[in-house]
Amino acid sequence: MKKKQTPSQTVGPFFAYGLTPEQYDYDLTSIAVPEVGGQDVEGERIRIEGQVFDGEGAPIGDAMIEIWQADAAGRYAHSADGRGSNANFTGFGRVGTGTDPQQRFFFETIRPGAVGNGQAPHVNVVVFMRGMLSHAYTRIYFPENAKAHASDPVLSSVPAERRETLIAQLDESGAIRVYRFDIHMQGPQETVFFDV
Amino acid sequence: MSENRAFKSRDWDSHPAYLSSEYKSTRLRSPTKPLVPLVQSLSEITGPVFGQESVGPLDDDLTKNGVTGGEPLGERIIVAGRVLDEDGRPVPDALVEVWQANSAGRYIHAVDQHDAPLDPNFFGGGRCATDAEGRYFFKTIKPGAYPWGNHHNAWRPNHIHFSLFGPSFATRLVTQMYFPGDPLLDLDPIFLATPTAARSRLVADFSLDVTEPGFALGYVFDIVLRGRNETPMET
Repeated sequence: MKKKQTPSQTVGPFFAYGLTPEQYDYDLTSIAVPEVGGQDVEGERIRIEGQVFDGEGAPIGDAMIEIWQADAAGRYAHSADGRGSNANFTGFGRVGTGTDPQQRFFFETIRPGAVGNGQAPHVNVVVFMRGMLSHAYTRIYFPENAKAHASDPVLSSVPAERRETLIAQLDESGAIRVYRFDIHMQGPQETVFFDV
Repeated sequence: MSENRAFKSRDWDSHPAYLSSEYKSTRLRSPTKPLVPLVQSLSEITGPVFGQESVGPLDDDLTKNGVTGGEPLGERIIVAGRVLDEDGRPVPDALVEVWQANSAGRYIHAVDQHDAPLDPNFFGGGRCATDAEGRYFFKTIKPGAYPWGNHHNAWRPNHIHFSLFGPSFATRLVTQMYFPGDPLLDLDPIFLATPTAARSRLVADFSLDVTEPGFALGYVFDIVLRGRNETPMET
C-alpha cells in the first residue's frame, strides 16, 4: 500500500528543552550532545565550530545542527556498514546555537576516516531552524585533503566555484585542532545544500 | 529512475519549499540556489541508532514527567500512531521526540515571553520509540494556541512538534502535528506553506478507539518517512 511522505515543518524557536535540553540546562536527559567522541574513543580529537548566517549576514541564534560521521577508521556505527564500527563511538552529535554569546555551534569529536567509494573524509550535517520549513543537508570536508577532494564524487558534483563552502578552515592556534565551518543560508558565500 | 538511491528522494510535492514568503522568517533563511543532487552512499543510508533503550520510564508521559507535586492543568490526551515508510511497511525502533506548549499556549523555553502562565507541573517535552509494528504512543496535555509575531493578530494553531529518526540519515524528519477542526489552520502560514494536497497528512484524527474511558481523548497521527527504492544501491 503506497503512502505519501509526511510533510516537514519548521523546528520553530522553542526546540531547546525538547531536543537539546542538557545544553540549555533544562531538566531532561539529552539523547545527543555536542561532545561526540568520549575519552575511550580512538582517533584524533578535533573541534568543529561555526556560525549560521542569514541573508543579511546576521548570526542565527535559534538553529540546531546535527552531525553524523564515521569513526577514525571510516566506519559508521550502523548495521548497513558491514565492517562494524568502534563500539564506543556513536558518530552522532546535536547542538543548538542559542547558548553561545556569538551564536556559535560546536562539536567535540574525532577526525573521521575515509568511508570508501572514493569519498574524502567528511562529516554529514543537517541544519534546522525557525524559518526553515524543511531541513537542509550539507557536508564538512577538511582542508588538508585537497588531493582527495579532487576525486571525491560529491565535491566533483558541486560547481567548482561553490566547493569551498563545504571545506572547513583550520585554526591551529590552540591545543587541539579547531575547524571553522560557517553556514551561510544566502548570499555570495551561500553554503551548498544537497538533495540527499 | 532509482539509480544509486537506496532511499526514495524527498517528495517536494509533499514538503514545503524553503521560501514561503507569507512565513516571513523564511525570507532570509531559505537557500536561494538549487539543491545539489547527491548520490547516496554509506553516509546517507546509515544513521544514528536509537530505540527503546533511549527512552526513560516517564519520557512518554508528559502528564507526569514534569510534575512538581501536582497535576498539569488542561485536557489530557493520548497521541498514538504508526511510523511507516512509503510502501506502508512499519518502521521499528524509530525515535520519536515531541515538544509542545502547555494548555495555556506557553512554552517552558526561556525565550518564550508570551503573557500566559507557565504550569509548574508541565514540562512539555518527551520521547518514545516505535515497537516492532512501528507503533508509538504518548500521553500529554492538549497544547494551547499562542500568538506570534509573523503578522498582525497571528496565532499558531494547536500543535505538537515531532522529531523522527528513521533507519537512516536520509529519513530524518521534523514536523508538527495539528488537531482536527482547528479554525486557525486556514490562517497559519506555516501549515499553509505545505503543498495543498499534503496538508491533511499533518492533521491528527480523533479516535474513540484510542480514547481511554474516563481519562483522556485519543488522537491518531501516522507518520510516513521516505521509503526504500527497490533497486539495491551500487556500492
